[in-house]
Amino acid sequence: MIKARVKFNKSGTMKFIGHLDVMRYFQKAIRRADIDVAYSQGFSPHQLLSFASPLGVGLTSDAEYMDVQLNSLSSPEDMKQKMNAVMSMEMQILEITTLAESSKPAMAALAAADYLVSLKDGYPAVPDFEKRFQEFYNQESILITKKTKKREIQMDLKSYIYKYAYTRESFYGKSEETSAITTAQEYKNGQKVYLQLICGSVVNIKPEQVMEAFLAYLGESYNPFAYQIHRMELYADTNAPKGEANPNGCGKERHLVPLSNYGK
Amino acid sequence: MKKLALSDEILLKIEKPARYIGNEVNCVVKNPESVDIRFAMCFPDVYEIGMSHLGIQILYDMFNRRDDVYCERVYSPWIDLDKIMREQKIPLFALESQDPVRDFDFLGITLQYEMCYTNILQILDLAEIPIYAKERGEDAPIVIGGGPCAYNPEPIADFFDIFYIGEGETVYDELLDAYKENKKQGAGRLSFLERAAQIEGLYVPQFYETSYHEDGTIASFQLINSHAPSLIKKQAEMNLSDTVYPQKPLVPLIKVTQDRVVLEIQRGCIRGCRFCQAGMIYRPIRERSLDFLKERAYEMLKATGHEEISLSSLSSSDYSHLQELVYFLIDEFGTKGVNISLPSLRIDAFALEVMSKVQDVRKSSLTFAPEAGSQRLRDVINKGLTEEIILKGAMEAFQGGWNRVKLYFMLGLPTETEEDIEGIAVLSDKIAREYYTIPKDQRNGKVQIVSSTSFFVPKPFTPFQWTRMATGEEFLEKQRFLNGKMREQLNAKSIKYNWHEAEVTTLEGIFARGDRKLCQVIYDAYKDGCIYDAWSEYFDYGKWLKHLEANGIDYRFYTSRERKKEEILPWDFIDAGVTKDFLWQEYEQAKQGAVTPNCRQKCAGCGAMTFGGGVCFEPRRKEGAND
Repeated sequence: MIKARVKFNKSGTMKFIGHLDVMRYFQKAIRRADIDVAYSQGFSPHQLLSFASPLGVGLTSDAEYMDVQLNSLSSPEDMKQKMNAVMSMEMQILEITTLAESSKPAMAALAAADYLVSLKDGYPAVPDFEKRFQEFYNQESILITKKTKKREIQMDLKSYIYKYAYTRESFYGKSEETSAITTAQEYKNGQKVYLQLICGSVVNIKPEQVMEAFLAYLGESYNPFAYQIHRMELYADTNAPKGEANPNGCGKERHLVPLSNYGK
Repeated sequence: MKKLALSDEILLKIEKPARYIGNEVNCVVKNPESVDIRFAMCFPDVYEIGMSHLGIQILYDMFNRRDDVYCERVYSPWIDLDKIMREQKIPLFALESQDPVRDFDFLGITLQYEMCYTNILQILDLAEIPIYAKERGEDAPIVIGGGPCAYNPEPIADFFDIFYIGEGETVYDELLDAYKENKKQGAGRLSFLERAAQIEGLYVPQFYETSYHEDGTIASFQLINSHAPSLIKKQAEMNLSDTVYPQKPLVPLIKVTQDRVVLEIQRGCIRGCRFCQAGMIYRPIRERSLDFLKERAYEMLKATGHEEISLSSLSSSDYSHLQELVYFLIDEFGTKGVNISLPSLRIDAFALEVMSKVQDVRKSSLTFAPEAGSQRLRDVINKGLTEEIILKGAMEAFQGGWNRVKLYFMLGLPTETEEDIEGIAVLSDKIAREYYTIPKDQRNGKVQIVSSTSFFVPKPFTPFQWTRMATGEEFLEKQRFLNGKMREQLNAKSIKYNWHEAEVTTLEGIFARGDRKLCQVIYDAYKDGCIYDAWSEYFDYGKWLKHLEANGIDYRFYTSRERKKEEILPWDFIDAGVTKDFLWQEYEQAKQGAVTPNCRQKCAGCGAMTFGGGVCFEPRRKEGAND
């Protein structure tokens, strides 16, 4: 059995397809491409696929991850080409890496995620957006109330916003030319923020929660339709192998690596 | 990014936005500027239902094979989007190009069931096309209807420019060529409709006029345009192994009702059940060749990636090469995780063997459709299934490990008595008793019997087209009676009884044998908010009663009235192959409880032989063979 990790994007109209349907899409695409995928046993066998982190309807992404178990594999590049030939141009495979037999599933390794949050055209912009966002971030604490089924809990977002920036260049510390191609849609109004947030099974912060808190700080309410959220990368933390939420968990510094480079 | 007719905000506010964005796998992309004809093909129900329909996939593929045509799809916007489109005045659009339907040359609407009639008006209304054909100007699309309900198109005649009577594979090319020719000559809408009326199988309702007797029956049905024929001949594709069939069916991006490859193995049925419209209008039975089916099964699974393939036909067991086909599918695809689904299979040793190979015995159930509870009534409806066959099949299945049985019956069949109804409960119980004759240590737990009844609706082009349909009150009385009898059975606890709504059945009965007087009622009900009548949560019977009454119509005229042989029926202008004399003779036979042998046993002389093919020309098998 070969374990492989598939990184793919999701853009354009595909953003309206929910997570369960994306799973179904892959099951069928794998069959169309004639990939030698492994099936579970029993009367209704299913392909052995698992996804790192379901993406909500309406969001786009440059970095979705799916782990797949294969009976055989010609080469990752060959599989990528075969799959892309039978997939939508708005959902294409970017990279396939093979994993060590003992590697953890992508979902369990998840530690952080990068997002781009852009204001869509036609909605009111926040005056002095960058300055105000900085003020917002510079607060001592960013308290939000999280509603669960049973109770409301207060939490401080501050330590979970790992970093933010207004350009991709400053976010990643490298020039646009050397960065990977992105499918993120650009808007004329230009108001946007890049966020790196904690994510995973211990603590999971969504960019919507940050934007909601930011707009609340401005005394306004968050309109979910006004912002396009685009996921840029998903990371594992090599210093938190059990998925502890750094920096509060294992006490070491974070060392984030994209999921495609983790578990080889 | 692809242009969308709806904004992000609308798409994110409504349920299942994927219904409206197109872009499905194998979706056809053409440049609308480079074709002569733009055709919008519509299934007037929600996307998940419409996308499951094989007929549309066949026509979509067939039209798009032509370089001069771009065929796109349209489905009914769901209630949530319907409201937004009206508020924001967004015209209905086709999925592929997202362009307004009103700018197309044709709007084709498939008519699969009567309860979609108000959805047709919704489609026209949202598309900003005048609802009444006579009000359409030169720039409005030609609205054409087809499918089983086109065999009595009169209740919706005013809303269509053309009806296509019969199977779509035959004369669409001729129609599209005529359209191009007409356009080239700069001739208008009327001229085109006159050309269309001269093509066999096409009915242009505005060229005919109906007059009525005082009692509401038809006095005359007359031509008012000399280009139109007085009889419209049903179209049938006679070579089903050398015709269009999609090689790359569309694969929706969301889960739909029929999420699988559908392989139509044959068209028509030899059985001649007297209540069944499909069994009459699709005569004669025509099979597709084994090679054709093997090839298509392979291609379609490959092109779609579906994990299931389903055989489609009215009675799969009658397909001559069924065993070979099924074993081919199991051997070829069974190991690749492909499920094989075999609906409409008669339960016998072969079926049980195959079923035990393709499904989990513990989870699956056996299905029988005796339709009536007593042998007498089964003979009336010409349903060849006997109690002996059912009990034998059930017993073999029980021994094979099955313990769930589904039974389908109808209430309100002609000549039905209380004894016949009680027979439904008795038969359900007998099957359970059969199960408990197996020693306890060899049984697989308790037996579960699910018996369902629907109400019988007489349909045009069946021997029961003249018969009186039961009233809503009678239906409910029958249901209560049966429910009581079910409870009296020894194994009552093992039997679950499901029933159908009576009110929606009455409306179906009104439309099924209705005439043009109903167009106004449908229009009024739609304007009053009736839509998605096939969905019980939206069906509003009160409104329908109100508008029937307001139009001076006593609906029992359509439902609870025995017609005379001489009466002009609204669909008499259609020649479906099966003759009126044959149907009447079958009706007489029914009343006497006399069985008519199936097409392979003995030709009953129904009239379908005029199509020049199919079972009518097969060498006759020996008496009793294949049965």
